[in-house]
Amino acid sequence: MTIRPTGEMTGASPALPHVIPEEPSRLAALRERFLLPIIVFVVLMGGWEWLIHVLSVPGYILPPPSAIAKAFWNGFATGAYLPDLWVTTFEAVFGFVIGSSLGIFLAVIIVVFPTMERIVYPYVVALQTVPKVAIAPLFVVWFGFGLTSKVIVVALVSLFPVLVNMIAGLRAVDQDRLDLLGALSASRWQVFRYLRFPGSMPFLFAGLNTAVVLAIIGAIVGEFVGANKGIGYRIMQANYNLDIAGAFALFMVLSLLGLVLHSALKFVERRVVFWSSTVQAGGH
Amino acid sequence: MNQITPLPTQASPDGRALSLSIRDVGMVFNRNGHTTHALNGINLDIREGEFISVVGPSGCGKSTLLKLVSGLRRPTVGDISILGKPVIGPRSDVGIVFQSPVLLPWRTILQNVMLPVDVLKLGRTKYEARAREMLALVGLSGFEKAYPQELSGGMQQRAAIARALIYDAPVLIMDEPFGALDAMTREQMNVELQRIWMQSGKTIIFITHSIPEAVYLADRVVVMSPRPGRILTTMPIDLPRPRGLDDMMTEGFGKYVREIRSMLGDDGKGGRANDHQTNW
Repeated sequence: MTIRPTGEMTGASPALPHVIPEEPSRLAALRERFLLPIIVFVVLMGGWEWLIHVLSVPGYILPPPSAIAKAFWNGFATGAYLPDLWVTTFEAVFGFVIGSSLGIFLAVIIVVFPTMERIVYPYVVALQTVPKVAIAPLFVVWFGFGLTSKVIVVALVSLFPVLVNMIAGLRAVDQDRLDLLGALSASRWQVFRYLRFPGSMPFLFAGLNTAVVLAIIGAIVGEFVGANKGIGYRIMQANYNLDIAGAFALFMVLSLLGLVLHSALKFVERRVVFWSSTVQAGGH
Repeated sequence: MNQITPLPTQASPDGRALSLSIRDVGMVFNRNGHTTHALNGINLDIREGEFISVVGPSGCGKSTLLKLVSGLRRPTVGDISILGKPVIGPRSDVGIVFQSPVLLPWRTILQNVMLPVDVLKLGRTKYEARAREMLALVGLSGFEKAYPQELSGGMQQRAAIARALIYDAPVLIMDEPFGALDAMTREQMNVELQRIWMQSGKTIIFITHSIPEAVYLADRVVVMSPRPGRILTTMPIDLPRPRGLDDMMTEGFGKYVREIRSMLGDDGKGGRANDHQTNW
């Protein structure tokens, strides 16, 4: 029970110190962070399980959590998920890399040559407006049932958020910083290299974070339309077989994939834009 | 004071080389149909190695004058030349320290100081030792690898000064560089700046809101009137160097401050404030 002698105490009534919370220990901090989410999770799952049993809902309408957990466990234990997980991961990551690279490239072109905005941007917006589900079958016709058609769908959905954010980032330059480089008679290229490009990184990562989640959805959409492997293909199969518990287990696999990719990106982001969270404090 | 390298081009009456000359400079802004006379008939000669302070009320065109001298803007009328060459754009023999430090947060302090070296393509290896030297000069040894956001405001501004010093521009222009600092840090920075100036022998044009700061630092104080900005007077400050903070308590110092304050008079307080810097 330590009470820090802070300024709040000096002028306060004598009753106040009791209200000041004690310094939380590490264990307490952990408890604070994880206990409540875990309790909520357990209560939710327990309630779900209980309701299914009480109302005797058939498994092909809504499976109980225990059945989903079992299907999930079997999927990994037998190794059945792994080839499909690999395929979907490859489609999502490869398409994401292509799409976001193209987004960065186009953003640079558009910002460096302003006339390009009028030429390129309408096509990008037009393409973005067409639902990917609608054009995905065309890609299957053009590029076949293999990985290519899915990678293209993923690249298309990843492109737009990266492009839009990167353009915004490259344009959001502080006038003071421009003056600083202007006073050194920096060329347009130098302003780009030393100022615009590094300054756009927080914006870029905002776009990438959106794109990486969309990439997984893109891969599944591509697989739904026409595929013979991948998590999306397995979900279709499970639905046809009324294996709803299996479908739910596959949703879990997708969520986990999303979490892993998102965390990996956050890990990279923290290293690339390490300065971003404190940038406001250091700016002026 | 400092060793002066003689320049063949121009010379002022006392024989010291002329570093900067401003001739009949005027600046008119045209915004939304309003014409604003920011500067009118500015004439000023600055000798090499001289420390010039420019004071005046808010909106007297001090910062405009700085932008013109640094070549970031062109004057509507008149000519400015530095070291005998007319100013037609930004140039590498003029260093600038802005109101805010303007350090790039993704570069370490050393890399920030090296920025002019990168932009002017002066050769990294040759200048890195000099960058460390400049950081030592401004009292930032040991912070080479730190990032700007890890430093206090005063330290950031010192890094900005080191950055302006690195490429050895003979003329240094400072636009209220200490305006955002607290009074104590500001006094310290004034002492440091005087030391840096005496060691480097540069010509410095120092723009400020604060009359005591202007008097403390300057060889001559240029007093400007509110818009349209004109030079009311150029007052030589005849106090021995190096000046200590205690010298600010002396009668002689106070006389200068009072004289300038009375000159700025009520016009000065009239407050056409277009920036929110408070007086010292």
